[in-house]
Amino acid sequence: MASEPTGGLTEYIQHHLKHLTPHASEGGFWAVHVDSVTVSLVLGVLFCLWFWLKARKATAGVPGKGQAFVEIILEFVDGQVKDVFHGDRRVLGPLALTVFVWVFLMNAMDLLPVDLLPWITEKFGVGHFRAVPTADINMTFAMSLTVFVLIIFYSFKAKGAGGYMSELFTAPFGKHPLLWIPNFALNLVELASKPVSLAMRLFGNMYAGELVFMLIAGLFSAGAGLAGWALYGAGIIGYTVWGIFHILIISIQAFIFMVLTIVYISMAHDHH
Amino acid sequence: MDFNATLIGEMISFAILIWFSVHFIWPHINKAIEDRQVKIAEGLNAAERAHAELKSADVKVAGEIKQARLQASEIIDKAQQQANQIIEKARGEAISEINRLKAAAQDDIASMAQRARDQLREQVGALAVQGASKIVQREVDASTHKALLDQLAAEI
Repeated sequence: MASEPTGGLTEYIQHHLKHLTPHASEGGFWAVHVDSVTVSLVLGVLFCLWFWLKARKATAGVPGKGQAFVEIILEFVDGQVKDVFHGDRRVLGPLALTVFVWVFLMNAMDLLPVDLLPWITEKFGVGHFRAVPTADINMTFAMSLTVFVLIIFYSFKAKGAGGYMSELFTAPFGKHPLLWIPNFALNLVELASKPVSLAMRLFGNMYAGELVFMLIAGLFSAGAGLAGWALYGAGIIGYTVWGIFHILIISIQAFIFMVLTIVYISMAHDHH
Repeated sequence: MDFNATLIGEMISFAILIWFSVHFIWPHINKAIEDRQVKIAEGLNAAERAHAELKSADVKVAGEIKQARLQASEIIDKAQQQANQIIEKARGEAISEINRLKAAAQDDIASMAQRARDQLREQVGALAVQGASKIVQREVDASTHKALLDQLAAEI
């Protein structure tokens, strides 16, 4: 079998679903997922460097291919923001761009062979390395909670403390004092559902995608002899097809995360 | 984890995935990039062309204005000349007319004076004959003294 000679597919998958954490804190609150943090930070820095370099060298004339590519992404994101949000885009535009590119890059880690990064880190004595930060629920919730904080912040900013409070208690049913509690309860649910749905959707898609990759990877060592080779070939085909399909998924998920972020924050600006 | 067939299989799949991306995904992105480059280049070219055209149009307009001004001054000159000519002609005609009228008037005056003189002479002749006959107290034969009387009248 792939990883543990004794375990079989279940063991292989369990092994792969374990995050890299400092040994001392395993299982506890301080069990920081070093792999997710590292990969997401590296990708974040790459994204910043890439766009910063292109922005620094940007010309007003005919752009090079690199600049044109960055411009296309920028224009696409800005167009999305413009469609949804009719206000000052100086904060929301860059936010949407960051969300889109960063989430896309993190999702794209899913396309790397599922055993590649763990194999490399193993050489340096580190086991349990998961390459896809967005398949880590901590990562997706970290992002969605940041968006949640921004939603609250912009609600206060757009409506004022009094306005937002009164909206929490008087919308959507009405101003009658008896309706204050139902209104507030409904608004709390609505508010809480935003970060939860945002985080769970991305996490679920990426986690499932990773799991399917692992299951297909199980085919590589599922049999012996001729049947083994047949399964090996099926594994290669399946892995490739799922990879190609996954290109679509990671793009769509990054796009959805970005659009919902824009929508939620622009909703925070709207008055009921 | 050891290096094993699983990783090799995944790497092969990854290689196919890269090949797929290179052949079926990257061309679309590349086309979008190149379209954008072409669009921008065309836009810049068009702007430059428009700029140059504007400049040449400006030059043309300036030339035309200059020519129009020249033409206008020419026309004014010609008009002035014509006006002068007309005035000159009118003056000449007026002067000749005046001269003609003056000459006719002078002729009139002269003939009238002549006629008056002739009448006066005849009357003086008649008066002289009357006076003479009164003085002589007898009929002067007008016919016998006609020559004398005519001479007298001519002398007056």
